[in-house]
Amino acid sequence: MGVGILVENLNAWYGTNHTLQDINLHIPANHATALIGPSGCGKSTFVRCLNRMHETNPIARVTGVIKMGDIDIYKDASPVEIRRRVGMVFQRPNPFPTMSIYDNVASGLKLNGFTGRRILDETVERSLKQAALWEEVKDDLKKKSGASLSGGQQQRMCIARALAVDPEVLLMDEPASALDPVSTSKIEDLIFQLKSQYTIVIVTHNMQQAARVAENTGFFLNGKMVEFDSTHKIFTNPRDKRTEDYITGRFG
Amino acid sequence: MTTERDPVSPTPLPNVVPVAPSEDLASQPINHEPSVVRAFLNTRGSGRLADNAFATVMLICACSIFVIVLFIFSILITHSKLSIAAFGLKFFSRQAWDPVSGDFGALPFIYGTLATSFLALLIAVPLALGVAVFLTELCPKQLRAPISFLTELLAAIPSVVYGLWAVFVLVPIMRDVIGPFLHKTLGWTGFFEGANFGVGLLTASIILAIMILPIISSLTRDIMTAVPNSQREGVLALGATRWEMIRIGVLRNSRIGIVGAVLLGLGRALGETMAVTMVIGNHPEISKSLFAPGYTLASVIANEFSEATGDLYLSALIEIGLALFLVTIVVNAAARLMVWAVTRGAPARVA
Repeated sequence: MGVGILVENLNAWYGTNHTLQDINLHIPANHATALIGPSGCGKSTFVRCLNRMHETNPIARVTGVIKMGDIDIYKDASPVEIRRRVGMVFQRPNPFPTMSIYDNVASGLKLNGFTGRRILDETVERSLKQAALWEEVKDDLKKKSGASLSGGQQQRMCIARALAVDPEVLLMDEPASALDPVSTSKIEDLIFQLKSQYTIVIVTHNMQQAARVAENTGFFLNGKMVEFDSTHKIFTNPRDKRTEDYITGRFG
Repeated sequence: MTTERDPVSPTPLPNVVPVAPSEDLASQPINHEPSVVRAFLNTRGSGRLADNAFATVMLICACSIFVIVLFIFSILITHSKLSIAAFGLKFFSRQAWDPVSGDFGALPFIYGTLATSFLALLIAVPLALGVAVFLTELCPKQLRAPISFLTELLAAIPSVVYGLWAVFVLVPIMRDVIGPFLHKTLGWTGFFEGANFGVGLLTASIILAIMILPIISSLTRDIMTAVPNSQREGVLALGATRWEMIRIGVLRNSRIGIVGAVLLGLGRALGETMAVTMVIGNHPEISKSLFAPGYTLASVIANEFSEATGDLYLSALIEIGLALFLVTIVVNAAARLMVWAVTRGAPARVA
């Protein structure tokens, strides 16, 4: 099951660029939370702080506290441990081209030394079913490369890959922005399905998408979180003028 | 920082139960308390020890390079002490090489090494680029594999075989065909004057060019293959011809890598011994004419080391080795500096 995430006074920098300023929020467990805002507002940086991916850039710096469940991810655990618990789906599908579909999905377990053949098979099947890809690929799981799939299929495979390690949190950084509408709606259905079992944080440029899949929505602007509330409230009756301007398309 | 909300306790926000969509995508019920997979992953350690051990091992590997270089350098210096004491820094600018009277200087050898290497690059680089461009951009699919294979085969031939081939094939051709032709057409430049015996700087440069061609072309080919197709299409879509596409879309994107390939070729040319020794004429002199015999740092060591009588002679030969070491460093550093100067301030690039 998913865990809640508590963010306190989070600040992040790229070099001298202060990309996140004093972010405080609580992301509830087993819900989908959408992050919206114009390009460069810091939403991607924010999700990359949640699995300590931000710090892989040598010029990047982070301060503040992020708690996942009862774990302070910057104090109590190594990045490796955190990333075992937190799945991530990137903007562009990134299948491992030298691996079969099966190996792609199983890679998270295999690299951790998991060997149980039966459970591995079950997990691959379960993850691909969760990602709504099973029916399309079950006949050539081990025959086809992960890169031979279409873009939308690749992205669903990447979701299956993230789900295979049974994460507590699933981060999605604009998971559908490189996909066609049909694939996009499949991914949205998936998020809708998955959010009762995982804590999902999804960055999106598509406000309808946020409205469709997420219970809560945060609006980022210039590295600050302007407003965080239930999606319904954000889209019908936002507290902040800037949020209203953004969702009504008056800027950004 | 205080907060009224505790992340562990049940969510304070209204627990919106999502309405399940009509079609049941995740048809399998998932038992989540805690799954086998999760339980297994939770037993895995922090990975800190493994990460640190890995980093340490890699650091040691990297340091071994420094250690080896320093070791070679120190051995070269200690063993050439006699010669350093006798000639000092002047050793590198003296032209004498007289084992009988114990008078040594490295300049003719440095000249021979630099002249043959740069001439070889001058010949090999355009050829290698041509081969690479042909292989990546123009070659029909069926021809690509055989040509690539042959290029790599060239790199696998031992240098003494190149030397033999040069002695029996290249030297007569140089003496009877190419030499006279160059003398007739370009003799006025002064580079193709004097007696032409077929052995000399030019012949050595040509054999060197042939030897470094496969390295440069196969590396360049790999670099150009790595340029994403979207770059080619982007340029073509602007109405570029094939050559313009190759120039802007491919060569420009791979220029740093190409320089690296050329430097590797240059490194081999500077140190190449056997084949050069067999055709350069082995006479320490500095002559403007490329027909004249020469001598390189590497070939004088190979030729005279076994018969070096006397400590000073031996010590001078080892200092020749030191000179080769330094020449290689200086040339590489200069080339890197040149690349840095050219690309400084240029926008980010691929490959």
